[in-house]
Order: sequence, then structure tokens, then C-alpha cells
Amino acid sequence: MELLLQQIVNALSLGGIYAMLALGLAIVFSIVRLINFAHGELMTFGGYGIFLSMTFGFPPFAALVIGIGAALFMALAMERVTFRAMRGADVVSLLIASFAVSEILKVLFQNGISARPVPISFPSSWSGSYQIAGMTIGVVPTASILVTFASLGTLTFVLRRTAMGMAMRAAAEDFEMLRMLGVKANRVVAVSFAISGILAGIAAVIWTAQRGSVDPLMGFFPVLKAFISTVLGGLGSLGGAVLGGFVVGALEVLTQAFLPDRLAPYRDAIVLSAVIAALLIRPDGLLPAKTGARS
Amino acid sequence: MQAVLDINALDVRYGPVRAVRRIDLVVPKAGITALLGANGAGKTSTVMAIAGVVPSAAGRISIFGQDMTRAAPDAIVRAGLAISPEGRRIFASLTVEENLILAGSAAGNAETAAERRAALMQRFPILGERRRQLAGLLSGGEQQMLAVARALMSEPQLLLMDEPSLGLAPQMVDRIFGIIEELKAEGISILLVEQNATLALEVADHAVVLANGSVAASGAPSDLMGDDILKSAYLAA
Ligand SMILES: Nc1ncnc2c1ncn2[C@@H]1O[C@H](COP(=O)(O)OP(=O)(O)OP(=O)(O)O)[C@@H](O)[C@H]1O
Ligand SMILES: [Mg+2]
Repeated sequence: MELLLQQIVNALSLGGIYAMLALGLAIVFSIVRLINFAHGELMTFGGYGIFLSMTFGFPPFAALVIGIGAALFMALAMERVTFRAMRGADVVSLLIASFAVSEILKVLFQNGISARPVPISFPSSWSGSYQIAGMTIGVVPTASILVTFASLGTLTFVLRRTAMGMAMRAAAEDFEMLRMLGVKANRVVAVSFAISGILAGIAAVIWTAQRGSVDPLMGFFPVLKAFISTVLGGLGSLGGAVLGGFVVGALEVLTQAFLPDRLAPYRDAIVLSAVIAALLIRPDGLLPAKTGARS
Repeated sequence: MQAVLDINALDVRYGPVRAVRRIDLVVPKAGITALLGANGAGKTSTVMAIAGVVPSAAGRISIFGQDMTRAAPDAIVRAGLAISPEGRRIFASLTVEENLILAGSAAGNAETAAERRAALMQRFPILGERRRQLAGLLSGGEQQMLAVARALMSEPQLLLMDEPSLGLAPQMVDRIFGIIEELKAEGISILLVEQNATLALEVADHAVVLANGSVAASGAPSDLMGDDILKSAYLAA
């Protein structure tokens, strides 16, 4: 029972990271048709933001906020420097450009800071745990889950209820039409990148708080899982990205916890097989993007 | 007569395809100009170039006397041009009201936008009744009304309408043409693209016929009605 509850907490906190990363990818993709391969480097940059600000003596909470700010800054810089000039280019050119951005940033992290993991030492109280009905649960995983749901809730509110959210939903459907109504394209695109950066920054906060170190590939592997999540959920569908993230996170935690040791090396293969099986049954994903009007 | 739109030797290309070749087009103030031609003649390409979303390869587009050839679409909207595009292109997953709200961003302030929205929902009562419904659930005719209402949110001086009657029941076509004449009476200049040449020539003050991306004929509707050039332009597709 205790094991099960702990695994549920683990699945939600890992799934939440994938969900936020997948959501960031999906928001940018839905608006500019960019599959942003450099999304992982946003998260890594956020991680280094936390590391550097702690090194310079900022208190831990301030460092986390700076980390989120760093990822936000990097997302806006990427859009301004690279992708704005390529607006309207085909999906493949954009994808290749994002590969280049990703590689450049990785090299900068390796040579500018370190190719190896650098430790971040958060206060020891963060690694504590608490008891519910006689069961032990970690503080950090619990906080991660709360932060994830608060972020997803806030974003849902922004998309549903604010003017900018409305413009973003419309842009996902028909960006050209939105521009013909007089809405400035640059603003909508910049906001979509900003949101993806903030989500990557929050993911970096949770990831580093759980693992206590940063390395140049920190964001790469989780974003790979987030890509899988977006495809599983339905490319371009925001709800699908979130659902896909939680499903992939849960599969990973479950296989880790309950698979016999003998099969452990096949964990990723088993998770991916499950995803492929799901896509064979639902080729457009679990929650496909809504398309088109009644004609 | 003063021109609200003056196009000079406009070219539009899609890679190797020359969709529009050196066309000249003038839309006079406060009238209806019909832009006619067969499928693929280049009507939509011309309209999208005017709206600023398809780049012009050569030529000059001047709107209200200002050079707008390379202007961004939002600047063109603020100058007083609006479009009801081919295929209506309403935002299906947004509500009727949200479709109108989005179009109000050019209005400047929220109060003005809300007033215009209320006025348009009175003018098109069906949109008022369905304001909270997803726009994708409206009928084709209702979607066309929404597309026109959405264009009117910016209180344009010049309205581009690309095939507003396409695929609509005869009754709805009459309603749309009624609206077009009302808008003209209010002093809005209109560039009307139509497949249905007979109907368009009935309301137009002036007509231009495109064939294979070039101007094949232009003049008063009465001169073009039954004209061989018009017929051959439609058959030459
Ligand atoms: N995005 C595009 N890419 C490539 N070619 C295009 C594109 N849009 C239009 N064309 C081509 O340009 C030419 C003119 O098309 P356009 O849509 O302007 O014609 P139209 O007069 O509006 O036709 P219709 O009456 O069918 O709407 C056609 O040959 C068309 O195939
Ligand atoms: Mg057309």
C-alpha cells in the first residue's frame, strides 16, 4: 500500500515534468509549426541558471525563480534570433534549424561550464519526507505535483479566459486569418515561446530539486520523452500533450517499480512498445487536435 | 472619382507558378467593384496580396492613396481595409462571440469593441442568439454572416469579399447580396469576387474580368453582361 502510494506520487511528478515539456512543445508547434528540438536546452539553461545563481550566493528560492527566468529569456532569444527570420518556412527547415540551435547550446554548456554534472546543494530540509496515515511521502515530489498542477491550471485559465489566450487558440487554428483581422503576429508568437520557456523552466526547477545536479544533457532526455508524449497524445493537441506526458511518466515509473530485474534493461523498449501499440489503435493520438469547421 | 484601392502591374507568384501577371485594378470610393473570372484565374491571389498575407512579386498596391505594397496585414487593417475571405475561415473551435472579440483588437479600446460587437449582434440576430455556441456548429450561411460581421468589427472603409455566396442555398445568397447592397449604401467600398457573374454584375458599379492571371476585360456591368470576353474568360479555364 505504501509502495503503491509512493509510486503514484513518483508517476505524477515525473509525468508532470513530461507533461509541461510536451505542452511547451505543443503550444509552439500549434502556432508556428515548429517542432522545437532545442526545447531541451531551454530546460538545461534553466538548470544552469539555478546553479549559477546559487553559486553567486542567491537563496535557494530566488535561484529557482532565476532559473525559470533564464529559460524564459532563452526561449524569447531563440525566437527572436533564429525562428522569427524563418517564419513561414516549411516544417523540415524549421526542424533542422532547431537541431542547429540545440547543438550550439550544448557545446556552449560543455565548454562554458562543464561537460560533467555540476552539483546543486539545496537545503537538507528539502530532501525530507512526511507521514500520511502511517505512509512516508517525500516533500519534493509532493511540491512538484502541486507546482505542476498549479502551472497547468494557470495556463488553462490563460488560454480559456484571456484575450491573448483566445488569440493563441485562434492562431493554432488559422494564423493567417488571425493576421488578416489585424492581430500582430509577432506578439502571439513571442507569447507562445515565452509560455514554452516558462514551462521548461518550471520543469528544470522540479528536475534539479529532485536530482541535485545539472549537466549539458539534462534537458535532452526528458524532452525526448516529451516528444513521444506529444505524438502519443496527438501532435498539435494541447490536452493530448498533457495526457501523453502523464501516461509516459506513469509507464516509466510502473516498469521501473514492478518489472523483474532481468527485464530492467528493456524498460524503455517496453514503454515505447506500449506507445506504438496505442498509436496502432489510435493513429491520431489519444486526444487528437480538433480540426476544421463544418464546411 | 477618387480611388480607395489602386493596383499597378501587380504580380503574384508561387514558386514557378505565375498566378497574377501585371494586373491593374482600381476600386472607386463608395461603390461595388466585381472581380470575375474562372477557377484559377487569380482572383483569390489578388485579394490575398491586397490583404498583405501573400507577397507581391512585383507592382504596387496603394490603399487610400498610401503605398501599402509591403505593409504588414495589421497595418492594412488599421488603414481601414477588412476581408471576408474565401472559404469564410471562421475560427471553428471558438465561440461566435470570441470570433468577434478577436476581430475587435483593431478597434483600439475595449469599450468601442464591445459597442461594435453589440451593434453587429443586433444587425445579425442569429449571431446574437448563438453567441456562446462554437462557430464551427453554425450553418454555412450563418458562418458567412459571421465572416462578414467579423470583417465589420474594424469599421472598414474598404471591404474585400471573396466568394461570399459559394455553396449557399438560394435564399441565403439573396440575404448575403442584400447585406452587400446595405453596406454599399452605408458608404463602404467593396471589392466583390464572385463565381456567379450574373448576380455580381447586377449589384456592381464596375467590373473587372481576370483570365489566366491577367485582366481580360473591364468596364460597366451593362457592357460586360452577355459580353463574349466574359463568356470566354469563364470557358477558358
Ligand atoms: N498557395 C499556392 N501555391 C501554389 N499555387 C497556388 C497557390 N494558391 C493558388 N495557386 C495557383 O494560382 C493560380 C490562381 O489561383 P487563385 O486561387 O488565385 O484563383 P481564383 O481565381 O481565386 O480561383 P477560384 O475561383 O477557384 O477560387 C491557380 O493556378 C492556383 O493553382
Ligand atoms: Mg478563389
